[in-house]
Amino acid sequence: MIQSTSETILSIKDLHASVEDQEILHGVNLLVKEGEIHAIMGRNGSGKSTLSKVIAGHPSYKVLSGSIQFKGINILELAPEERARIGIFLGFQYPVEIPGVSNLEFLRVATNSRRKELLQSELDTFEFEDLVKERMKIVEMDPAFLERSVNEGFSGGEKKRNEILQMALLEPFISILDETDSGLDIDALRIVASGINKLAQPSSATILITHYQRLLDEITPDFVHIMADGKIIKTGNKELAIDLEKSGYDFIDNNKKDKEMVN
Amino acid sequence: MTQTNTVEEIVAQPYKYGFTTEIETEKIPKGLNEDVIRLISAKKNEPDFLLKFRLRAYEQWLKMKEPDWSGLTYSKVDYQDLVYYAAPKQDIKKKSLDEVDPKLLETFEKLGIPLSEQKRLSNVAVDAVFDSVSIATTYKEKLAEHGVIFCSISEAIIERPDLIEKYMGTVVPINDNFFAALNSAVFSDGSFVFIPKGVECPMELSSYFRINSGDTGQFERTLIIAEESASVSYLEGCTAPMFDTNTLHAAVVELVTLDDASIKYSTVQNWYAGNEKGVGGIYNFVTKRGECRGKRSKISWSQVETGSAVTWKYPSCLLQGDSSIGEFYSIALTNNFQKADTGTKMIHIGKNTKSKIVSKGISAGQSKNSYRGLVSISPNAEGARNYSQCDSMLIGDKASANTYPYIQSKQPQSNIEHEASTCRISEDQLFYLQSRGIDFEESVSMLISGFCSDVFNELPMEFASEADKLLALKLEGSVG
Repeated sequence: MIQSTSETILSIKDLHASVEDQEILHGVNLLVKEGEIHAIMGRNGSGKSTLSKVIAGHPSYKVLSGSIQFKGINILELAPEERARIGIFLGFQYPVEIPGVSNLEFLRVATNSRRKELLQSELDTFEFEDLVKERMKIVEMDPAFLERSVNEGFSGGEKKRNEILQMALLEPFISILDETDSGLDIDALRIVASGINKLAQPSSATILITHYQRLLDEITPDFVHIMADGKIIKTGNKELAIDLEKSGYDFIDNNKKDKEMVN
Repeated sequence: MTQTNTVEEIVAQPYKYGFTTEIETEKIPKGLNEDVIRLISAKKNEPDFLLKFRLRAYEQWLKMKEPDWSGLTYSKVDYQDLVYYAAPKQDIKKKSLDEVDPKLLETFEKLGIPLSEQKRLSNVAVDAVFDSVSIATTYKEKLAEHGVIFCSISEAIIERPDLIEKYMGTVVPINDNFFAALNSAVFSDGSFVFIPKGVECPMELSSYFRINSGDTGQFERTLIIAEESASVSYLEGCTAPMFDTNTLHAAVVELVTLDDASIKYSTVQNWYAGNEKGVGGIYNFVTKRGECRGKRSKISWSQVETGSAVTWKYPSCLLQGDSSIGEFYSIALTNNFQKADTGTKMIHIGKNTKSKIVSKGISAGQSKNSYRGLVSISPNAEGARNYSQCDSMLIGDKASANTYPYIQSKQPQSNIEHEASTCRISEDQLFYLQSRGIDFEESVSMLISGFCSDVFNELPMEFASEADKLLALKLEGSVG
């Protein structure tokens, strides 16, 4: 059972945001406390990915009104790198390839920038190799991937494992995993899900953005939110996801109709 | 502030080597005529054959016209308004470093090239050239034990006239082009390397060229010979103070490899590029050519070009020996009003000759950055192969990048591949790196290093990080 005294990690209030002058989020409210796992579900275009990019600070997305607080700090003025350093992690739906940049070096620079923020000593190449090899075991990744360029030529599943590896190294307070399950076969899904479970800490929280119930069979959420038209329209427990799986998104439409009728 | 503006700001980095050394200089009067050439030759106590070489070149030069084919515009050079010989006042060549003016040693130390015995690099021999003369060469004795000659070209002319007469002007003929002819007439100093048969040069060799005087043309001449089965890796570096006038640098580099020999020639060019309005900077009009005379010999050019107002430079390979190999790896970074027209020529003459070209151009500001290259396969070059890859990266929307690959094949049994691409720094890549806690500046720098990594991998170990640092320096700056 979640204790009401536990600390709030993320608090989003009446968030409106746009991309290319088009408003996508129309007033999102969300409260995430430590130790919690939240799932956000919804159709394509409902604003799930936009929400994740706005939290991480993507420069193309503009916040029109509302607030995002992380551990009591307003983060809207912070650059993406500053948000990352204080412990906000975004696992990308489509991790980009960066040719010529060594994965090992990238992971090391990223890890050290977080460690610096936590006033931990920076790791040299040798120390870091030990750490990264140990963390790679969590997602059953072959150390050969360290020698390659960031995500270059990785399969869909390898890219997602590389994302979870980054999460394992950065030890964030909140991880927002944007469709981490998409494009994974069942084995890869299990590996990734078990990685996420192993990394869960009482002092951190996770937001899973997903279309499907199948990830939630592996990771049990404390809360399930359904997003439509840039808003969270329904919040429940894991049963909500199961209902959704059974009746499909039509029930959102029915839900909306009900609302409209009430209005 | 938009993303593009900030990237541009990062690329704009003040030039760190723009200081001038206050030193008494001996200069001959401005202007060029036969007497000036005789005077230069006399100052260097040159043998008669070399004076004749210079005079023949001068005669050819008078008949030639300054080229204008590349479409680059620049204010014309007044050849009568240049000084053709400038040297720090001291005896031309000192026996030991202790006798070199401390100001000169200090200058090179400031440039990151310590020459004194205590501080010099442990695995790199350096020839330091200041304006028209070489002031010191380190590790000469140690190299001599292996039969390797590494000295200034002026010394080589006196000590080994046989080698000079045999090789100089055989790769780049005196009438090759306007600037090569001018160089052949007035060249002042440069480096000479001779690696005898069967010797693998025990350390990296390096020349560092420093232009100090504002009105002096620099015409250095470098000649590297690797005899049968010999090999050497050589690096040149260049910087100059900031002047608001343009200074001419017209060098000639000749390389020769005999059977099974190899030369790796790397350049880190960081001449003063002019200010952000395009005033001042070096005109870098250079002829570099290597001839793989021997079978299975190899010449590899790698260059990191970040400086100069205008650059014309096409390090080339004449692949004469059967199964010889030519390589060209280039990074050219231009900013503000810099113009670079650089590339290579791979001339396949022997059978089964191979060449590889990898060029990376990065253009920012209002600069123009062009790759211009020729791959030519002669009728006898059966089985010749070439692979070319030319990638351009644009920063901002005012810079331009062009690729001019010329291909001439007269041999049906040959194989030529060419790939080209143009890209911009992608916002998604930047955001990805930033979202992992890496700051904007470092992210840009990482992306550019990544773009150039194919070429960095080809630089000698000692210099790869130096070159990376140089690019990073150019990219360093305030993010607003």
